[in-house]
Amino acid sequence: MNMGGLSGLDDLNEMYESIILDHYRNPRKSEKIENSDFEINVNNPFCGDELFIQLKINEGIVDDLSISGNGCAISQSSGSLLAESIQNLNKDQILILITNVRKMMKDEDISEEDRDSLGDIEALEGVKKFPVRIKCALLGWAGLEDLIKDKMTS
Amino acid sequence: MINFDNIRKDFPILDSKVNGQNLIYFDNAATSQKPKKVIDSISDYYTNYNSNVHRGVHTLSMKATDAYEEGRNKVAKLINAPTDCIIWTRNTTESLNLIATSWAINNISEDNNIIITNAEHHSNLVTWQQVSKKTGCELRFLDITDGFNINELKNIFDVNTSLISITHMSNVLGYVIPIEQITELISGTNTKIIVDGAQSVPHMPVDVSDLDIDFLTFSAHKMMGPTGIGVLYGKKELLLDMQPFLFGGDMIIEVSYDDAKWNQLPYKFEAGTPNIADAIATGVAADYLSNIGMENIWNHELELSKYALNKFSSYDKFTVLGDNFSHLRGGVISFIHDKIHPHDIGTFLDQKGIAIRTGHHCAMPLIRSYDTSAAARISFYIYNSIEEIDSFFEALNEVEEYFS
Ligand SMILES: Cc1ncc(COP(=O)(O)O)c(C=O)c1O
Repeated sequence: MNMGGLSGLDDLNEMYESIILDHYRNPRKSEKIENSDFEINVNNPFCGDELFIQLKINEGIVDDLSISGNGCAISQSSGSLLAESIQNLNKDQILILITNVRKMMKDEDISEEDRDSLGDIEALEGVKKFPVRIKCALLGWAGLEDLIKDKMTS
Repeated sequence: MINFDNIRKDFPILDSKVNGQNLIYFDNAATSQKPKKVIDSISDYYTNYNSNVHRGVHTLSMKATDAYEEGRNKVAKLINAPTDCIIWTRNTTESLNLIATSWAINNISEDNNIIITNAEHHSNLVTWQQVSKKTGCELRFLDITDGFNINELKNIFDVNTSLISITHMSNVLGYVIPIEQITELISGTNTKIIVDGAQSVPHMPVDVSDLDIDFLTFSAHKMMGPTGIGVLYGKKELLLDMQPFLFGGDMIIEVSYDDAKWNQLPYKFEAGTPNIADAIATGVAADYLSNIGMENIWNHELELSKYALNKFSSYDKFTVLGDNFSHLRGGVISFIHDKIHPHDIGTFLDQKGIAIRTGHHCAMPLIRSYDTSAAARISFYIYNSIEEIDSFFEALNEVEEYFS
């Protein structure tokens, strides 16, 4: 019997793209900030991935932020990609971004334009082939959504 | 001499490819693979003599009853127990819950204490937490992080200890607990001992009469049998005294509108139509193990374990959980890397066809005590080989290169 793709290592390289591994090794904006306005700790107790997100808001947009944590390459690089992409965005823009990330990860229809707006985040798409790891990729995004839905005003 | 090539041929799944690679199955502590004989016995029952047990005079029902009871006999023989002291449950977890509900709640009070170790599977931890909450008794922990030490047990054991419930072999650290030292300690006292045999019965000789233990719990699916069925062994005088676990058909001998009388052992604890097909298949699995010989299985796994532990000791960045060499360890090895997360290791190895477990191994507090929330684990069975371990370490080298 044959299970899984035939080209295991190709799938692997697609998931652990060089952008992903780069973000994993050198996470962006991981230095904690002082006087943050809102912060949240999110984790997945089953695999132990955790991320700590801090936001500083000025006139309704993200002025500064930090994301730090522990866990697998996917959760941590996804957090770093997130950190790189929400600076200077307002609540609605961030919510749209989160929706688009989810759409991509869950293989739902996504317009060309929305896809382009993802930029480097698109590197996470390879995770799709590893369904059990999708929750690693979405950990930071789900945490960010909870945080801003609760705290940030539009 | 055992012929390992022939043994491998008994397991159809070991021939399969996973992600284009030959399967190397190193997740035996989670569940074992099944030989063809076991698989076939299930379809034979449903195809040729499917019928309910203990209820009919017709030929099929008698045949099914005989096969079902023969399964029990074979399991009894494997652990050297009287047949009527073998109770079918769903798994180790249910066996432990049965003891908690039918014995512990009625025999333990707030003045008593229960001793378990810090390395128990959640099934042997959460169950006693609940008993402690319901009865008010104290739950005491024996720390076996660095190995079992009888003197440390003596320090926390006293006249109020009602129960010691302990794994025979840790599913995380691989330690084998010298049960005979504990039974010697409690002999002549009122303390009862439960041995969680989920990881021992499948892999080593376990003789309940020799060990002189009160209860033994194990799951068929970890010993080449099917999922959905497990075993509770109990000493007869205890089982006779205990209240039923579930109520309904089969567990009664006489029923009126007001009351009922319980059936004899073991049926008192087996309410409702049992898992007939899987009981039959469990008997086939027990025979399969006996034919190879539990001693042979154990020695093979000890050899694999030593070989792998030795290999691990040449890696700086991989740490094996637990003491590597001064304690008796079976074929279960958990490890962490100082940077690479177990999930990344697991995913990478999977692409090489190597199945390992990653996560908390149903022992969250223990894993956390290592300052991590997840570990990777390899665990062996009789069909695994030194060559497979070599392939595993080659892949592990690639993991290090890939992620660093
Ligand atoms: C030591 C130990 N105890 C208990 C269990 C629980 O077994 P089951 O899930 O079959 O009830 C396991 C299974 O992982 C185990 O390794």
